[in-house]
Amino acid sequence: MSARITRATTVSRIAGVLALLLVAILFAAPWWGSTANLRLLGEFMVYVALASLWNLLAGYAGLVSVGQQAYVGLGVYIMMSVGLFLGIHPLFAVPVAGLAGIILAVPVGKLVFRLQGAYFAIGTWVVAEVFRLVAAQVTVLGGGSGISLPINVMKILGATKFWREATIFWLALALGIGALTIVYMLLRSRIGLALTAIRDSEVASSSLGINIDRIKYAVYITVAGMTAMVGSLITLQKLRISPDAAFSVNDYTAFVIFIVVIGGIGTIEGPIVGTLVYFLLREFLADLGSIYLMILGLLAIVIMLVAPKGIWGFIAQRWKISLFPTGYHVVGKE
Amino acid sequence: MIWVNIIIQGILVGGLYALFAAGLSLIFGVMRLVNIAHGDLIVGVAFIAWSVVQATGLNPLLSLVIVVPVAMAIGYALQRGILNRTLGGDILPPLLVTFGLSVIIQNALLEGYTADSRKLNAGTLETASFPLLPGVDIGYLPLLQLVTAVAVIGGLQYLFYRTALGRAFRATSDDAETALLMGLDKRKVYAWAMALCFAVIAIAGVFLGIRANFDPFMGPGRLIFGFEAVIIGGLGNLWGTLVGGIILGVSQAIGAQLNPGWQVLAGHLVFLLVLAVRPRGLFPRMTG
Repeated sequence: MSARITRATTVSRIAGVLALLLVAILFAAPWWGSTANLRLLGEFMVYVALASLWNLLAGYAGLVSVGQQAYVGLGVYIMMSVGLFLGIHPLFAVPVAGLAGIILAVPVGKLVFRLQGAYFAIGTWVVAEVFRLVAAQVTVLGGGSGISLPINVMKILGATKFWREATIFWLALALGIGALTIVYMLLRSRIGLALTAIRDSEVASSSLGINIDRIKYAVYITVAGMTAMVGSLITLQKLRISPDAAFSVNDYTAFVIFIVVIGGIGTIEGPIVGTLVYFLLREFLADLGSIYLMILGLLAIVIMLVAPKGIWGFIAQRWKISLFPTGYHVVGKE
Repeated sequence: MIWVNIIIQGILVGGLYALFAAGLSLIFGVMRLVNIAHGDLIVGVAFIAWSVVQATGLNPLLSLVIVVPVAMAIGYALQRGILNRTLGGDILPPLLVTFGLSVIIQNALLEGYTADSRKLNAGTLETASFPLLPGVDIGYLPLLQLVTAVAVIGGLQYLFYRTALGRAFRATSDDAETALLMGLDKRKVYAWAMALCFAVIAIAGVFLGIRANFDPFMGPGRLIFGFEAVIIGGLGNLWGTLVGGIILGVSQAIGAQLNPGWQVLAGHLVFLLVLAVRPRGLFPRMTG
């Protein structure tokens, strides 16, 4: 009789294989999907990435930011600047955006971390507003009314329509899967263990030598960098930018929060489920315009009050499953 | 003289920001709730007042006789029906629920009143002014706004520290369990605090509507101004909130004079500066 400790379960192994298969199918999407399909899938990946990152911030590190649009917009503007002024391959802008997000998050984090809880939330919002208002002052980037990505930039991105669409889609896929992978890996690491401990009890974890502020700060900075990279992709998808659209609190915070709350905050699977629900609802209800947004808000409120762990939290509890396990359990042989 | 004028006008506008902030400060003090929908509620009340004025032909300031009780009833019901259920150890539920409320209110206003901007018409009061110094005219309306802010904050201060209701607020804020032992049901105490907050929201909403055009989407901006005034002034200090509002108003007025695009930005930057130099605000009274 022997017992061992493992993370994997039968379900998680099957999920892992299916996930790889799904990634392979998605990778081939430029060959089987239409332009509209690719566009929709690309946007789906943007929201999977943004939702996973916000979930890491709010659901695991307890940092409820309503100002992540600051970093989305930063990435948007960096891609535009690289395209307008440097004439190099636009994909170079993606790591540059990530780096810029990190560099700016260092002082911004120091500042907003002086506020706690809900005040932190609004503080991050003020920062995003500052970014937006500053962007509106930069006339070479279109000022308040915005600017379009020049055609020659798109020609550098890909010689034919097929390659342009494929490159943008693969970038979206890489960022979506990349965000999920980083969140998953981070949560399985010592940092993940520390975050879980902090979530369960700040006092106890700090007495065990966990430097709470430093870990939260590190998570904030990492998420900022990744979020800016997603922003740089958004410029390629939309081709036209403006301060109001790039730093939109609705598009990059409200929807993201609703996705995470509906899917299941504090679970890795939640943001994926939430994004699926969001896109399904949008497909059927978007014609209703403002009523659709009210339904989305109402759904998030009801879920927060009735089932605060969201759809995936409910499923995981009911059937005791986890597709991407981060904890350990003992497997014994009788 | 032009700068004296700018600073004085900024101080007068600061009264409005103090009104935005007073309700936030009150609610945070009593139940540690930060209501993200606060700005949208102010704008919502401005629309209610607009409807009341349309229906009755009252002067918007007189419409407060109807709007304040209506707002208080909404506040009481909102607290009893929804917000009380979000309060506990976790900061997520109140934040996310009020964030959802904010989106719902904006879109409900859009649905009910369209995207057109409206204004409350207070008649000759809007343009009446008297000269204070050569080149410095004081408008009666902005002055009334500042006087009202002082009166509201003075009133809240009196209520908090001199009345039985204020004692109930402070007791529940300090220790809800022990207050319950003394017969204070925190759910009711919170609901009364929210009703009171809505009375302030109603006054703020009507002044907002008289001062300038408003539309369904300007709530978040008002929330941010109120929030900045609270933090600049110092958490938990109502008079500090008034000073915070005035500092914000003056910063914006100076920014606007330098460059029209810098008005709001200047206010944000002063707020961030205060946060960097005095993270607990200029006159803190309690910890966040």
